[in-house]
Amino acid sequence: MGAIQPIVTGPASEELALVHAAKGGDDAAFEELVRRYDRNVFRIANHITQNREDAEDVVQEAFLKAYRNLDRFQGNSKFYTWLVRIAVNEALMKLRKRKPERFVSLDEDIQLGEESVPREVADWSPNPEQQYGQAELKEILTKTIQGLPPGFRTVFVLRDVEGLSTEETADALELSIPAVKSRLLRARLQLRERLSRYFKKRTLGEATS
Amino acid sequence: MKCKQFLQELTNYLDGALDARTQSELEEHLTWCHDCHVVHDTTKKTIEIYRDSKLYELPVELASKLRAAIMDKCRGSKKSPCSGAASASVTSEAEDELPEGDAPPQHSH
Ligand SMILES: [Zn+2]
Repeated sequence: MGAIQPIVTGPASEELALVHAAKGGDDAAFEELVRRYDRNVFRIANHITQNREDAEDVVQEAFLKAYRNLDRFQGNSKFYTWLVRIAVNEALMKLRKRKPERFVSLDEDIQLGEESVPREVADWSPNPEQQYGQAELKEILTKTIQGLPPGFRTVFVLRDVEGLSTEETADALELSIPAVKSRLLRARLQLRERLSRYFKKRTLGEATS
Repeated sequence: MKCKQFLQELTNYLDGALDARTQSELEEHLTWCHDCHVVHDTTKKTIEIYRDSKLYELPVELASKLRAAIMDKCRGSKKSPCSGAASASVTSEAEDELPEGDAPPQHSH
């Protein structure tokens, strides 16, 4: 009953055929790869940089770099994972430029903070997201994930939003599998803790305005 | 199983990555420990809410604008000669941050 459903992605062989064609100089094939993954790269970049202009830049730079370096992609991993790795690097560089003082390196070992130990154990209302309007809900989710250190939110976004496997996430971020797992746990718990403020069951007597 | 241990296994449990024995111990814990039950339930909801949220959707018009710009730059980068100093200087800024092949780079920190 516990497991969440994995996200299904398109067949890998089709992707590989496009990559081969693009390597051979077929620009239409590369354009198809752009079409296929631009939304994902944009989302990931936005989550990491928390800045829309930066995210637009990252999308362009990541695909351009992939295009220029297609020869160096050897097909041992999925093209998408390789692309994500390039995009994450680009996004982190943007973030370092913008907020050098707040930047936490991805491979820095962050100790299990107090925030990761659950303190809020009130249950949530059955359909918490329906308590809020769509715009308001987006604002809550954005504000909440912004509060996480970049290394945490990047792992969370790749694993839980984009649906990469633990191995693919480790590969894309150049982290060990245990490091991905421990960051993911802490990211999930911290988000849960913060969202509880908005979503917990209101007790009797509290106004529902 | 203690609550602390439950917490350590929570991510593996949510990802369906536990062996049968640990999983049944964990599920036994959930039947009587209210706090862990809530933590499990709300963590799962947290993941689902983020996954289902349409945060940072790429608008269709912006997508085509970006795609056109990307393809333009790609074709532009092709015109420069493939060997020689000129193209080397163009790509060099890209080289240092790009992982070698598919394997993680071997540099140390
Ligand atoms: Zn417990």
